[in-house]
Amino acid sequence: MTDRIEQRINSLNKRLNSEKRFRIYCIGAMSFALAWVLILFLNIFSSGYSAFYRTVIQVDVPFLNLIEDTTQFSEMSSEDINNLSMYSFSKKAIYGLFPDIEEKKDKKMLIRLFSIEFEQEIREFLKSNKSNINETETIYLTASDDVDQVNKGNYPRDLDEDKRRIKDIQLLFFDDLVDRGLVSYEFNLPFLMRGDSREPELAGVGGSIVGSLFTILVVLILSFPIGIFAAIYLEEFAPKNRVTDFIEININNLAAVPSIVFGLLGLGIILNTFGLPRSTPLVGGIVLSLMTLPTIIIATRASLRAVPPSIREGALAVGATKMQAVMHHVVPVAMPGALTGTIIGLAQALGETAPLLLIGMVAFVVDVPQTPLDASASLPVQVYLWSESAERGYVEKTSATIMMLLGFLILMNLAAVLIRRKFETKW
Amino acid sequence: MGFILISLIILIGIASYFLGNLRAKNLRTSNQKNLKSLSHYYGYYVALWAVVPALLILLMITSFKPFFIEQYVLSDFIALGSYTETELSLLFTQIENTALGIKLFDENTILINGAVNKLNYINKTSENLTYVTVLGLSGLLVLYSLFNINNKLNSRKIVEKFLLVLYFTCSLVAIMTTVGIIFSLLYETLRFFSQVPITDFLFGLNWSPQRVFVREAGDLDTRDLANAFGAVPLFAGTFLIALIAMCVSVPVGLLTAIYMSEYASPKVRDWAKPIIEILAGIPTVVYGFFAALTVAPLVRDIGQGAGLTVSSESALAAGFVMGIMIIPFISSLSDDVIKSVPQSLREGSYAMGATKRETIVKVLLPAALPGIVGSFLLAVSRAIGETMIVVMAAGLNAKLTANPLDAATTITTQIVVILIGDQEFDSPKTQSAFALGLTLFVVTLALNFIALQVVKKYTERYD
Repeated sequence: MTDRIEQRINSLNKRLNSEKRFRIYCIGAMSFALAWVLILFLNIFSSGYSAFYRTVIQVDVPFLNLIEDTTQFSEMSSEDINNLSMYSFSKKAIYGLFPDIEEKKDKKMLIRLFSIEFEQEIREFLKSNKSNINETETIYLTASDDVDQVNKGNYPRDLDEDKRRIKDIQLLFFDDLVDRGLVSYEFNLPFLMRGDSREPELAGVGGSIVGSLFTILVVLILSFPIGIFAAIYLEEFAPKNRVTDFIEININNLAAVPSIVFGLLGLGIILNTFGLPRSTPLVGGIVLSLMTLPTIIIATRASLRAVPPSIREGALAVGATKMQAVMHHVVPVAMPGALTGTIIGLAQALGETAPLLLIGMVAFVVDVPQTPLDASASLPVQVYLWSESAERGYVEKTSATIMMLLGFLILMNLAAVLIRRKFETKW
Repeated sequence: MGFILISLIILIGIASYFLGNLRAKNLRTSNQKNLKSLSHYYGYYVALWAVVPALLILLMITSFKPFFIEQYVLSDFIALGSYTETELSLLFTQIENTALGIKLFDENTILINGAVNKLNYINKTSENLTYVTVLGLSGLLVLYSLFNINNKLNSRKIVEKFLLVLYFTCSLVAIMTTVGIIFSLLYETLRFFSQVPITDFLFGLNWSPQRVFVREAGDLDTRDLANAFGAVPLFAGTFLIALIAMCVSVPVGLLTAIYMSEYASPKVRDWAKPIIEILAGIPTVVYGFFAALTVAPLVRDIGQGAGLTVSSESALAAGFVMGIMIIPFISSLSDDVIKSVPQSLREGSYAMGATKRETIVKVLLPAALPGIVGSFLLAVSRAIGETMIVVMAAGLNAKLTANPLDAATTITTQIVVILIGDQEFDSPKTQSAFALGLTLFVVTLALNFIALQVVKKYTERYD
C-alpha cells in the first residue's frame, strides 16, 4: 500500500519537476531571443556612435607667406582663389607645427597625419572668410583616418610597428600635439553631408541618404495609388470570378517571393528590355514598389474589410451610387489602415538591399545625387559597400549608417503606430 | 523636360475641372437645361479629357522617340550600307558624346559633323514638337469636351466607368509583375539551357562560372560548360545554411510562442512580443554586417579554442544569425495558432489532472500542429531566399561540404556574385544567374504552396 503511495508521489514529483524544467526552457528561449535584440543594438551602437564626431588638428596658417597683403583676398573671386597654387604653402603651414624636423621622410609622415584634402580645406576656409583674413589664421584641419581611429581608441597602439598603418614617429607627433592641446573633436557634419569617398575620414552618407530618399519617393508615388486602387477594386467592386481569384492568388504569392527575384526582374525587364538608366533611384524605386505592392494591397484590403457594412448601406440608402458610397464614405474611414500599411511597406523598401545590388545601385558615387535619374547608392547598399572595405575607419562609419537606417525605420514605424492610434475608429 | 510638361498637363487638368464645373453651372442657370449629373462631375469629365490622352501620347512619344532620332541621325551612314547593326549603335553613342562636347573622334569627318548637327537639330525640334503636340491635343480635347456638355451627357457614369477601369488596371499590376518575373527568368534560363544541358546544371558537382568567363575569349566547348555549371554545391550550401538557421529558430521560436501564449502574463506579453518582432523589422543587411563582423570571428575564436579549424566565413555563423532573424516569423505565427486552439481543450486536459506541460505537449501542440508546420515551412522558404546575410557572411567559392565550420555558398550569393557590377548579356555565366533565380522562385513558391495546403488540409475544426 505504502509502496503504491510512494510510487504515486514519486511520479507526481517527476511530473511537477518536468513541468518546472519545461517552463525554464520556455523562459530561456524567450530570453535568448530578447538578448539577441539587445546584443545587436548594443553592438551596433557601441561601434557606431564615434563616427558622429571627428578628430581635427589646429594648424596656424601664415597667409602672409602667400600674399603680401591679406586684405587683397577680399577682392579675389572664388575662381581666383581656386587658381592660387597653395599646395606647398599648405604643406609648409603644417611643417610649422614641428619646425625642428629636417628629414624629408619625417615631413612626409607629418603630412600623413592629415586628411588628403588639407589643401582643399585651407582653400575653402580662405573662400568663406576672404574679407577678413588676418596674417595668421588658426584652422582646424581634418585628421587622417588612422589618427582619428587612434584618438578615438579604436586602434590598438601596442601592435608591432610593421603591422600598424600608423607609424611610431607619427604616434610621437600625435602625442606631442595632444600635449600641446592642438587635437580636438568636432561634430562630424561632413559625414552627414558628403558622398562616398575612398578615404574613410572623408566618406559621408549624404549621398546615400538622398539616394534612399529619392528611391522611397518613387516607391511612394507608384505604390501608394496603385496599391490603394487595386485594393479598392478587389475588395469593393471585383465580381467573384476566376480572374479575381487569380489576381488574389498572385498577390499572396508575390508577397512570398524572395526579394532578389525582384532584382532579377528589374535587371531583365526594366533595365534590359525597357532600357531605363542603370544605378538610378528611379529604377530602384520601380523594383521596390513592385515588391511592396502586395504589402500595401493586403493591409488596405484588411482595413476596407473592417469598415462595417452599415456605412456602405447607409450611403446607398440615401441614393449614392456604389462608387460614391465607396469613395466618399468607405475609403476615408479605411484610410488610416491603408496609410499604416503603406508606411510599413515603405519601411520594408527602405531596408531592402538585394534587388538594388542587381540593378547596379552599388556604384561608387562621390557626388550627392540631384535627381532620381542620377546614379546613386542607398543607405543599406552603403552599409554593404563599406562593410566590404578593409580600412578600420569604415567599421564605425558602417555602424553609424546602420544607426541612421534604424533611426529612420523606427521613426516610420512610430508614425504608423501613431496614425493607427489617433485615427482608427472602433465600431 | 518631362517634369515641366507633366506639371503643365496637370495644371491644365485643374483649370479644366473648374471650366467644366463652371460651364455646367452656367448651362443649368441660363438655358434651364436639365443636366443629368451634378456639376462637378462635368468638371471631372473635362479634366479627364484634358489629362489622360495627353499623358498617353506623351508616354508613346517618349518611348518611340529615341528610335526615330537614331534612324534620322544615322540616315547618311545607313545609306552607305557598309555598317553593321552594332557598329551603327556604337557610332550613335559616339555622336551623342560628341554633341555633348566630349571629344572622341580623332578626325572630324564631314559625315560625322553633319550627324552631330543633325542630332542637335532634331533634339531641339523634337522637344518643341512634343510640347506642341501634347499641349495642343490637351487644349483641343478640353474645347471638345466643354462643348460636348449637354443634357444628354451623363458625365457621372463616364467618370465612374473610368475610375472602375483605372482600379481594375491597377489590380492587374500584380499579375503583370508575376508574368514579368516568369518571363524574364524563363527567357534567360531557356537560353542558358540551350548551351548547358539541364541535367548538368541540376546534378553537376562543380560550380565555377568564373572559369568560363576567363576562357570565353577562346573556344568554348560544351564539356567545359557542363563542368562549370553544376549547381549541386549551391543547393547543398543553401540547404546546410537553412538547416542551421532552422536548428536555431525552431526550438527558440516554438518555445517562445508557447511561453507567450500559455505562461506569460498579459503585461510581459505586451512588452516582449513587440521587442521580439523588432527582429523581423531589422534590415537583413544589418544582420549581414553583424554576422560578418561580430559572430563569424567569435565562432572562429571559439572553434580555434576547441582545436578545430574554422573558416572565417563559416556556414555556422551565417546560419546562426539567419536563425535569429527567423525567430519572430516562427514565434508569432505559432503563437497565433496555439492561441486559437479552443479553451475547452485546455480545460478538459486540466480537468483530467494534467500539468501545464502535459497539456501543451500532448493536447495543444498536436491540435496546432498543421499551423506550426506551416510556419516552419514559411520560415524555410524565407531562409532559402535570404540574400544579404549569406552574401556578407558566407563563402563565395562553391565547395561541396556538409561541415558547418567550413565555408559554404548559396544560390542567392551566387546570383549576386555573378550579377553585381558590369555583366555582358549573352554569356552563359550571366544566364546561369537567371537559372538559379528560377530555381529559387520555384522552390519558394512550392514551399509556400505546401505550407498553405498543410494548414488547409490538416487543420481540425473545433466548434
